[in-house]
Amino acid sequence: MNFNEPHIDYAGISPLIALTVGICVVLLSAVFKPFKRSAPLLTLVTLGATAGLLIWRWDDPKNLITGALRLDDLAISISLIAILVAAFCVVLSIGERATEEAGSGEYHSLLLGSVLGMVLLSQATNLVTFFVALETLSIPLYILCATNLRREGSLESGLKYLIVGSIGSATLLYGMAFLYGGTGATGFQGIAAGIAHNGLDGDPLILIGIAMAAVGLAFKTSIAPFHQWTPDVYQGAPTPITSFMAVATKAAAFAVFLRFFEVALGSQLDSWQPALAALAAISIVVGNVGALGQDSLKRIMGWSGVAQAGYMLGGVVVASEAGTSSLVFYLAVYAFMNLAAFAVIVARERETIFGDDIRAVRGLGAERPALAWPLTISMLALAGLPATAGFIGKLYLIEALVEGDYTWLAVFIAVGTMISLAYYLRIVAAMWMRPEREAVPGGTPAIAGASPEADPVDPEAGRRWYLVGPAVLAAAATVFFGVIPQPLVEFASHAGSALF
Amino acid sequence: MINVLLWAPLAFGLVGLFLPRRAAGPWAVLGTLVTLSVAVGMTIGFNQGDSGLQYVESTPWISGLGVDYSLGLDGLNLFLVLLTALLWTGGVAFAAFRDYERPKTFFLLMLVAETATLGSFLAQDLLLFVLFFDFMLVPFYFLFGAWGHDRTAEGGMTASGATLKMIIYTLIGSLLMLVAAIATAIISADGGHITFSIQALQEQGIGLGSQRWIFWFFAAAFLVKMPAFLLHGWMPDAYRAAPLPALAVFSGVLAKVGAYGFLRIVLPLFPEATVEFQEVVLVIALASILYGSVMAFTQTNVRLIAGYSSVAQLGFITAGIFALRADGSDGAVLQMVNHGLVVAPIFIIVAILLERTGTEDIREMGGMALRAPVLAALFLIVALATLAMPGSSNFIGEFYILNGLFQAKIVFAFIAISGVAMSAYYALRLYQGTMHNRKPEGLLSREIGWRDAVVLVPLVLCIVALAFYPQLILKRTNPSVEQTIAKVTKGSAPNGKLAER
Repeated sequence: MNFNEPHIDYAGISPLIALTVGICVVLLSAVFKPFKRSAPLLTLVTLGATAGLLIWRWDDPKNLITGALRLDDLAISISLIAILVAAFCVVLSIGERATEEAGSGEYHSLLLGSVLGMVLLSQATNLVTFFVALETLSIPLYILCATNLRREGSLESGLKYLIVGSIGSATLLYGMAFLYGGTGATGFQGIAAGIAHNGLDGDPLILIGIAMAAVGLAFKTSIAPFHQWTPDVYQGAPTPITSFMAVATKAAAFAVFLRFFEVALGSQLDSWQPALAALAAISIVVGNVGALGQDSLKRIMGWSGVAQAGYMLGGVVVASEAGTSSLVFYLAVYAFMNLAAFAVIVARERETIFGDDIRAVRGLGAERPALAWPLTISMLALAGLPATAGFIGKLYLIEALVEGDYTWLAVFIAVGTMISLAYYLRIVAAMWMRPEREAVPGGTPAIAGASPEADPVDPEAGRRWYLVGPAVLAAAATVFFGVIPQPLVEFASHAGSALF
Repeated sequence: MINVLLWAPLAFGLVGLFLPRRAAGPWAVLGTLVTLSVAVGMTIGFNQGDSGLQYVESTPWISGLGVDYSLGLDGLNLFLVLLTALLWTGGVAFAAFRDYERPKTFFLLMLVAETATLGSFLAQDLLLFVLFFDFMLVPFYFLFGAWGHDRTAEGGMTASGATLKMIIYTLIGSLLMLVAAIATAIISADGGHITFSIQALQEQGIGLGSQRWIFWFFAAAFLVKMPAFLLHGWMPDAYRAAPLPALAVFSGVLAKVGAYGFLRIVLPLFPEATVEFQEVVLVIALASILYGSVMAFTQTNVRLIAGYSSVAQLGFITAGIFALRADGSDGAVLQMVNHGLVVAPIFIIVAILLERTGTEDIREMGGMALRAPVLAALFLIVALATLAMPGSSNFIGEFYILNGLFQAKIVFAFIAISGVAMSAYYALRLYQGTMHNRKPEGLLSREIGWRDAVVLVPLVLCIVALAFYPQLILKRTNPSVEQTIAKVTKGSAPNGKLAER
């Protein structure tokens, strides 16, 4: 075995350093009184600096720390998506009760910790860094879900996520053990070489390892049938955290999904490709059907997230450059679509007594057009209608699928999209059209965690810049990239060419 | 020029958002008039002997995915574009004289819908076509849902329910079409550079095995849009919910996008499959004619009489296209324009009647001609054109269609003829039921005012003008139609098996 003299590429790990320093500074800022209120600002500065350092490393792929990490364009693009979402989450958290209850410094440093995990995970090329990064990502999130300390739903959400997440991690770890046992290597390249060298092609040991790793990652990306936690956790967690979880976790987990399956297990394509395709199809059906009967906006987003994860898994299934690019493109678009929706949900949650129930957005078109338009655009984009980036995203994915001879999965996406219209358009109809049934106005709705004592209503929330701004910005980006997608396509194709 | 035509409505609509509420309507009318004059200008400048595309505009849009922004006019779409611009002017003007809630949004959506519809006629890139085709639904979803009528009191659906049904029906087809369009490009590229240009795809061609399923994915989208028999489930509810000015343009133009799609895409791109499935589509077309006519006899809601008559008329148009002969398709294109020109005035007249009678039930109407002879005369012209009276342009259109069908499939032609006879019954029933007979108590018979006349008279004049000179359309359409049909007949000729059948 070769032993390389440890050479530390400080430029390469500078984003990680920036984040780590940021975590310490934000945490300490809470201790010193003059800086007590500056945690959000410091967090944004940290995220900005990290993003700047990552952009600086663009288009210069490098192996870091003796091949444990690889900083290429795939890693950078996914990290940038995660950082963007985190920055939105910080802004949406202004005025959120959870930050007060958990302590602003702690809340924000945990958020940064999770981002650190994501940045690491997107670069991981080694089973050990893979697992450590995954846990760095997850553990802060378990806590963040429960930061709404006085709300039962939030605590329940944190606990549920912890238990299910641990099962996922354990399964993944077990699968890794099989792979290591078979190949004797932890590096992704080493595993690929080990499979070829030890004649393990199609060996049960490897297949079990692959299956368990796939299940573990499916838990993290909330792919059916490993999605049961998603709606509950999404609903219970503080909404800004839900938005962060929904997009950034998915992005980071898909990055490692791509890298692990295509670099380490590329030779076993024939055995995992049909299995993942089946998972994608199940996810599309389960997610879309599950969302139909829901009344809570956050639960709808949760179920729709399951379906969307199914669409995105298609990008992994085809194992091609086009597939990877289309997945990164879709993740970027997904970030904008979801952020617009969640910003509006946050605003209405604080403004009305209905919490995240669909009644909270009834009549929004006349009452608050600045919130209604972003939510409308977001819903139309999630449904994949043209003139939004959602359409281009679906187009890109379907093109990759048809090219990779998975036309049937493309048809599944089409059919799933059709089902999804029923619930996305229900939200749109609630905003702009007359109600289906006259509901009894007033009164406290019997929804978990929406009691007026716990969540005092802020009648001005729908006008606050830090809620309307992100919603409008994300919706504008959704339309912009639907009309002029070329810049984002180039961004994504850079990421795609990193693996192939 | 072609860019101005496409984007002018949208630009006017967006600017309209920043105007005062009362100016929204007149401003939107101005927008449609500008579009109409551009369209007229382009028709005048159109070189009629040429079968190829004119006013071509083509630039890469998403180069990574092979999608171009390419537009063009030829004989197939020239008059459909003109029809779109004309009917939108009428529909928007009619609405501008009335009060609508949230007028700025209403007119923005109307104008967005015009851009989307023009886009789907002008697009020469398969994916751009799919994009505009799907996008057309979005403005109409809001128009029907937010400004429509709830029918729960009559045992029907709410406006939002009816539009949701429409959207889901039509998007089943559209989304499958998206998959099919992408598959077409990838299969015909065969590992090479992917392009969605309709022209290039025509030249490359794809194998019969792929053509078969792709044909049906496209056909599903187009047949739902028309709507054809068995796929029309969304139509009655949506038609009853829709606000009438929007319904006038919807019924007048959108249904034709489906028929146009067959001519522009299905016939030239999938010629072998077209020949193979010719009779299946003809059966669907005939079923639409018979079913639509019979339903139009029995309905009592005037919107649905017009709606089901459209099903029958679109059946005719489909039959003309699938005669797979130049005269049949010539007739189909002419009939598309004719039908648009008659159905939009019918819905505007229905709106005028609704204001006077307060009902849409034909049994509760009647006697309107007594005090409103001008309205009655205008309606009579429209009704006679609908039943394809000899001397009307609709007669020429149906004659061409039947002529083509007789020479292609004589059995189908005999059945189709019955549709002509039936159209006389429902058109006259609609006219007599509303205009003649005894005037019910409490019905207000009042002549139309200048506001409605300004909208209605020009549309009726177009019907009359076209009756005198249908050559205007046929001459410019024929070269492109012949070229399209030649692709089908040529495509099937070397294939002996198909020719035998």
